[in-house]
Amino acid sequence: MASMRDIKRRRSSIQSTQQITKAMKLVSTVKLQKARTRAEKCNDYFHRMYETIHSILARTGVVMSPYLQKGPSEKKAVVLISSNRGLAGGYNSNVAKKLLECGFDREDVQLYTMGRKAKDYLSRRGYEVVSDYSDAIDEPAYKDAAALGEEVLEAYTSGAAGELYLIYTEFHNTVSQEPVAMKLLPVEPEEEFANRTEKLTLMNYEPDEETVLGEMIPQYIKSLIYGAMIESAASENSARMQAMDNATSNAEDMIQDLSVKYNRARQNSITQELTEIIAGAEAIG
Amino acid sequence: MAENNLFQVEIICPDHMFYQGEASMIEFNTSEGQVGILKNHVPETLIVRPGIVVITDGQKKQEAALHGGFAEVLKDKVTILAQAAEWPREIDVARAEEAKERAQKRLSDKRQDLDVLRAELSLKRALVRLDLTKNK
Repeated sequence: MASMRDIKRRRSSIQSTQQITKAMKLVSTVKLQKARTRAEKCNDYFHRMYETIHSILARTGVVMSPYLQKGPSEKKAVVLISSNRGLAGGYNSNVAKKLLECGFDREDVQLYTMGRKAKDYLSRRGYEVVSDYSDAIDEPAYKDAAALGEEVLEAYTSGAAGELYLIYTEFHNTVSQEPVAMKLLPVEPEEEFANRTEKLTLMNYEPDEETVLGEMIPQYIKSLIYGAMIESAASENSARMQAMDNATSNAEDMIQDLSVKYNRARQNSITQELTEIIAGAEAIG
Repeated sequence: MAENNLFQVEIICPDHMFYQGEASMIEFNTSEGQVGILKNHVPETLIVRPGIVVITDGQKKQEAALHGGFAEVLKDKVTILAQAAEWPREIDVARAEEAKERAQKRLSDKRQDLDVLRAELSLKRALVRLDLTKNK
């Protein structure tokens, strides 16, 4: 049996770990609140954008636009959003795994990463990281999303990449987040909107649908990236909150277990001492 | 009568709702030139170019800088999805002045690798900002 001192040392070490995890949980709870309010604020813009794009697509049928046809290149540009910090449970590795699940050939993937964790993981596995925007994920700003969007759109229109994907973590609620992979380009019309066409009001486009669409899609891509950044930030913090909550309660269990062991060891040593004293007294008497 | 010519106006930026309220007229700059929209306009989607947006409701006139985006016009509602929008009080005149000079310099240098479109755009943005603050 471990000595009293060992147990005590172990217990106090776990106690200080627990203090750290508790503090981290509190911090991520506060951050989560912030990220959530932000996510709700930008939802409006994003939904309106999405609806307008898809209702134009549903109404116009075939429009000749480079954004609607697959490019000649086999390369796939992938925007991947993870985080810069660990200790968030499976958050980062789930995002990276999502990419592996997509079943792309490693040589075809061109990564545009946001978040150091998944970037390091994937570049170690031999994926090509074209550019990295890791600093942007700590404070999601539209400016950074626009810069990244600009770069991937450039790669797409110049023909360097034939398709564009976005992988991020969708935020359902505080206990459930899910990594998703989304195809951004070429834009595919949604079934749901195609069936609804007749209900939509007749809309005019100025100068014409093609121009409007051509101008709108880049903005749509940027706003999608921005939305994904914000949702990922919320997911990251709630994943961390959960992980830290688990760690805190595990530490609590361990502390309790060690306390019982410690008391038992203390009891044992007292009993032993008493037996020794009594035995000694008997030998003299 | 006066109440009848009001319609809903929403200006939405990526990160916040910029303006939400009623107006009797809204004017802004589009790819086809300046437009002013009243109630019962034909449903239309327009490309917004950098310019000043003027929201008139009754006697009050509000001006703001609008930096590109889309406008969806319906009979009794106008929604503008803007890349960015600012009230005059949010504009930093010194910064806009600086940006204007920088852009002009870049345009006049005519270097090979010049991104003309980008320089022109930032010049336009700076001019809109300055225009708006000068009026005040």
